[in-house]
Amino acid sequence: MRRKGGRGDRAAERAEEGPGRCARLGKGAGIVSLAAAMAGAVPAFASGWDLLNMPRGVTNVSTRIYSLHMMAFWVCVVLAALVFGVMIWSLLFHRKARGAVPDVTMVHNTKVEIVWTTIPVLILVGMAIPAARLLVRINNNTDSEVSIRVNGFQWGWQYQYLGTNVSIVSKLSQSSDAASMLDSGTNPRSVPHYLLSVDHPLVVPVGEKVRLLITSVDVIHSWWVPDLGVKRSAIPGFINEASFTIDPSKPGVYRGQCADLCGRGHAYMPIVVHAVSPAAFQTWLKQQESAGKQVSTGEPAPPAAST
Amino acid sequence: MTDAHAKAEGSYYVPHGSPWPIVAAVALFSLMLGAVLFLDGAAPAWSLLPGPLLLAFLFVGWFSTVVGENQKGIYNLRVDRSFRMAMMWFIFSEVMFFAAFFGALFYARMFSVPWLGGQGVKAITNFLLWPHYEATWPTNGPGHVGGAHFDSAPMGIAALNTLILLTSGLTVTIAHHALRSGHRGRLKLFLALTFLLGFTFVALQAHEYGEAYMHMNLKLTTGIYGTTFFMLTGFHGLHVTIGAIMLVVIWFRVLRGHFTPERHFAFEAVSWYWHFVDVVWLCLFIFVYWL
Amino acid sequence: MTESHETAVHAEHDHKPHGWRRWVFATNHKDIGTMYLIFSGLMFFLGGAAAMGIRAQLFKSGLELFDPAEFNQLLTMHALMMIFGAVMPAWVGLANWMIPLQIGAPDMALPRLNNLSFWILPFAGALLISAFLVPGGAPAGGWTMYPPLMEQFGASFPMVIFAIHLLGISSILGAINVIVTIMNLRAPGMSLLRMPLFVWTWLITAYLLIAVMPVLAGAVTMLLTDHFFGTSFFNAAGGGDPVLFLHVFWFFGHPEVYILILPAFGVISEIIPTFSRKPLFGYEAMVYATASIAFLSFIVWGHHMFTVGMPVAAQLFFMLSTMLIAVPTGVKVFNWTATMWRGSLSFEPPMLFAVAFLFLFTIGGFSGLMLALVPSDYQYHGTYFVVAHFHYVLVPGAIFAIMGAVYYWLPKWSGRMYDMRLAKWHFWLSAIFVNVLFFPQHFLGLAGMPRRIADYAPQFTDWNMVSSIGGFVFGAAQLLFPYIVWQCVRSGKPVGANKPWEGAHGLEWELPSPAPYHSWQEPPSEAVLAHGAEH
Ligand code: HEA
Ligand code: HEA
Ligand code: CUA
Ligand SMILES: [Cu+2]
Repeated sequence: MRRKGGRGDRAAERAEEGPGRCARLGKGAGIVSLAAAMAGAVPAFASGWDLLNMPRGVTNVSTRIYSLHMMAFWVCVVLAALVFGVMIWSLLFHRKARGAVPDVTMVHNTKVEIVWTTIPVLILVGMAIPAARLLVRINNNTDSEVSIRVNGFQWGWQYQYLGTNVSIVSKLSQSSDAASMLDSGTNPRSVPHYLLSVDHPLVVPVGEKVRLLITSVDVIHSWWVPDLGVKRSAIPGFINEASFTIDPSKPGVYRGQCADLCGRGHAYMPIVVHAVSPAAFQTWLKQQESAGKQVSTGEPAPPAAST
Repeated sequence: MTDAHAKAEGSYYVPHGSPWPIVAAVALFSLMLGAVLFLDGAAPAWSLLPGPLLLAFLFVGWFSTVVGENQKGIYNLRVDRSFRMAMMWFIFSEVMFFAAFFGALFYARMFSVPWLGGQGVKAITNFLLWPHYEATWPTNGPGHVGGAHFDSAPMGIAALNTLILLTSGLTVTIAHHALRSGHRGRLKLFLALTFLLGFTFVALQAHEYGEAYMHMNLKLTTGIYGTTFFMLTGFHGLHVTIGAIMLVVIWFRVLRGHFTPERHFAFEAVSWYWHFVDVVWLCLFIFVYWL
Repeated sequence: MTESHETAVHAEHDHKPHGWRRWVFATNHKDIGTMYLIFSGLMFFLGGAAAMGIRAQLFKSGLELFDPAEFNQLLTMHALMMIFGAVMPAWVGLANWMIPLQIGAPDMALPRLNNLSFWILPFAGALLISAFLVPGGAPAGGWTMYPPLMEQFGASFPMVIFAIHLLGISSILGAINVIVTIMNLRAPGMSLLRMPLFVWTWLITAYLLIAVMPVLAGAVTMLLTDHFFGTSFFNAAGGGDPVLFLHVFWFFGHPEVYILILPAFGVISEIIPTFSRKPLFGYEAMVYATASIAFLSFIVWGHHMFTVGMPVAAQLFFMLSTMLIAVPTGVKVFNWTATMWRGSLSFEPPMLFAVAFLFLFTIGGFSGLMLALVPSDYQYHGTYFVVAHFHYVLVPGAIFAIMGAVYYWLPKWSGRMYDMRLAKWHFWLSAIFVNVLFFPQHFLGLAGMPRRIADYAPQFTDWNMVSSIGGFVFGAAQLLFPYIVWQCVRSGKPVGANKPWEGAHGLEWELPSPAPYHSWQEPPSEAVLAHGAEH
């Protein structure tokens, strides 16, 4: 298929994605919806398995979210298997066509009813505890090493590194912008990272806690990078906080998009984060500072890949 | 079927087709369309007129039909009970409408204004965005929307109005007792007192609005205090006005000799409405003026 | 009931009015119910046409059909037309038809009010749809209408607001009528705990409607005054907060989704026992479960706002309360399953739709449960995973239940049977392709595709193509539905004196098919009541 290039890149960015996990999801999908899975089998192979599930991501938080998600998923699959199993059993064996005689005395049964009220409660408690723990942890934004103010606007992002004069305006890359016009005639697949590339990416250090202070100058936006496990609305007039620490062994380019409807350009305000070593980050920051007050145009040091 | 059946105890009256509902639908639509055209600047202010006029026509027409049918004795107790239940639930829906605006008031006072002023979980908002703002109530917000600062609306007129409304709640109850015990004279007197008190309330409220606009720079457009103040008291005032007009209508019906000690749904409906307006005011007085 | 019952009386002689007056001045619950259902069908097709536009645009990466602003208009209007135009009126239409029949009443309690609540709808619908025609086009802020974005739209902004006001008035009046009918017009002996579940679920739905439609009216009124009269509800500079709108809107919005699904629960609880030839398992538990769901629905609204920056304690509260809803909903699913268990099942079209509902609604419920876990929702929110969730509960949920209800009661209404074979085609095409349409959207969401975008990165193309193809076939299959109904009413085989479904029970089946113009002129006797309750 023509899309090979784009797929490869994405897979490389998320090196840890294994086919095993996705195959399992495929199986789950089969249980819950045979029809969809069959119809989907062909393109699923074509796109690579990494397009079926949530990314594990590269921060402590994102991997834990991933685990919580998979836990919830499997709980649902098991419950579905049980409930649907009983249903299918009835559908197959208690049908009139097979001469089944209805048991009209089966009107209710307090014992079973208590059981099937209590067990779900226990299951839910089992899910709620890890979720609550993780929630509290995610919302701890103290002890950060870098603070960045994020201003959403129609349609792009501005990043200000607090305590410095460095400020970046980050908008959809020229190539994507041109190709995204109505009937542009450009095949999106020929554009590298179509709709997911920007002119000036956000640069952050790996291994350090980065705190984002998110707001907006016009309407509500939402700053979302799946691999970082961060999504937070940008509310005009208020500051929302979020933070992440990227695994020191995972420098790279991480992409995301605005996740709240913000008008005509909502699909066109991607987020690109370059995660570099702390040393490289400091160098880059110095460079930017000495470049003066003007809005940064500089490319970060490594990785130099196209954004 | 004949009317003889209709009077049978407990039977249910299914009214014949009526043009009033469709007139009502058209009236409501004209009201909304007029507002749309006006707000969009597509038509001058007269576009606001047809809706209310049609509505007035509708109410007169529909209610006369119903009153006429009622006077003919077609309705029985079961119909009466349907009307009562419907009125109760209608009032409940009004309660929920006010609840939305009270919710806005509480949210502003308990969350948004403190956050903007640097308290609570979003304190950083103040530090980065509104560094010189201090949370107070009343307030026109960190952007000083609408200009110079002002004090809260004075309690004086409000306290007087509270007294007036509470008294009117009492007078309508006295009127009700009079109706039930067949004292028509007392009924007429206290009913009239009730709507007179109601109109006095509205007049005082209008005076207060004038003061607020002219001398206090307290306006709909002066930040969240003005917003919640005028929206809450405004919708309430509108309801008082409607309620008082309904009282007048009921009063005329009393003059015409309508209602019996046992059967007087319309009277009760209006008095419930009046009590509802009363209770909303108490909440307003406590949360808007007092606390 | 205190008063002794009763013959239904009519101010005029007892033949029906003819010509246009029958409809425009209608006071008959069946006529009004029919008008509701026709209106709903119309809006379903218009909303569906918008959905087809959305799916066509999203067929592949790259913008080819609509400008993004137009896309957002389609999206907004699709949702508004489907929710307020298709599903809610369909439920009111069914309530009109069935509640008097099922409780032994001659008509709705307030027939003229009933007429008004219907006739508001065409006007509201016209106002809503004409928003497309004014300069600047329809509002494009999504059905959630968040400020300040919503305030950026032009001439159509007040049109949509006032259309919502009208729809709200209609719903409130309709709900009042339902409550009064149920509380005041039940046949003697029809105690609350003997009422059919469709009546029960509608009663509770009506309470929800009266409680939350005014709140929606309040929310959009605040939008209006912020935009036109300079108030500061949603303006931080004035001391307000855009998030305030979200709170008010979702205080309405979450109960709203149960308004869309509770009557469906009622319908399923009628259909499954009939075609299992067995009484509903756990009737009382069903009633209490419905009430618990309704109660809980008032305290979970924050789950739509996990990423907007609420205090952690609030997020926790909303997570836990949301998860709790799975318990009463589970009770329902288990009771339906137990009803089929050791039954004698047959699969006529209504049962097929009910069974599909059971499976697919549960899938939608499970994804809802996943969404309720706050940390996971940080990843799911605003993506196609949410779109997949709510379409599973809305399309094979609410829509399938509505279709099942029509296939179940159409012979009752018309006295004729529809083409069963064609209806089964309709079912199988719908059931298969609804999954092709919406299942892949789970994958898209998880892989990172945001919702409400007109164009997307190329790696999402394959699943979008699958979804769009599923959508086109699903949509085309829906054309069968009006045809089947039309054919049935025109030339279906009369069902005669027999019940069309041998396992059916309930008062409505004690009346001839079609039911007489004034449903229960004579209240059913205790014997009829008891006969209706057994099989
Ligand atoms: C009919 C409509 C309907 C229904 C019934 C539901 C039902 C549920 N919904 Fe859904 N929802 C919507 C319509 C609906 N929803 C819509 C329209 C939106 C999006 C709005 C927008 O943003 O535009 C939405 C969005 C939405 C969100 C917000 C997502 C986001 O934007 O980030 C959440 C989060 O918690 C959620 C949760 C739930 C839950 C927990 C249920 C529960 O009620 C489900 C309960 C059911 C089950 C769990 C399955 C059956 C149970 C069992 C078999 C028992 C055993 C189970 C266990 C013990 C787990 N929904
Ligand atoms: C009850 C409510 C309801 C129903 C029934 C549906 C039904 C459908 N919905 Fe809808 N949808 C919503 C409620 C509903 N939706 C809501 C609330 C949103 C969120 C909006 C927002 O974000 O603000 C949404 C958003 C939404 C999106 C997300 C858009 C986005 O985020 O960018 C999509 C995309 O696929 C979609 C598709 C569909 C489809 C294909 C159907 C199909 O089931 C429709 C099938 C019906 C028909 C097709 C009509 C019948 C046939 C014809 C008209 C004949 C013509 C047929 C052909 C040309 C084939 N819907
Ligand atoms: Cu910014 Cu969507
Ligand atoms: Cu919800």
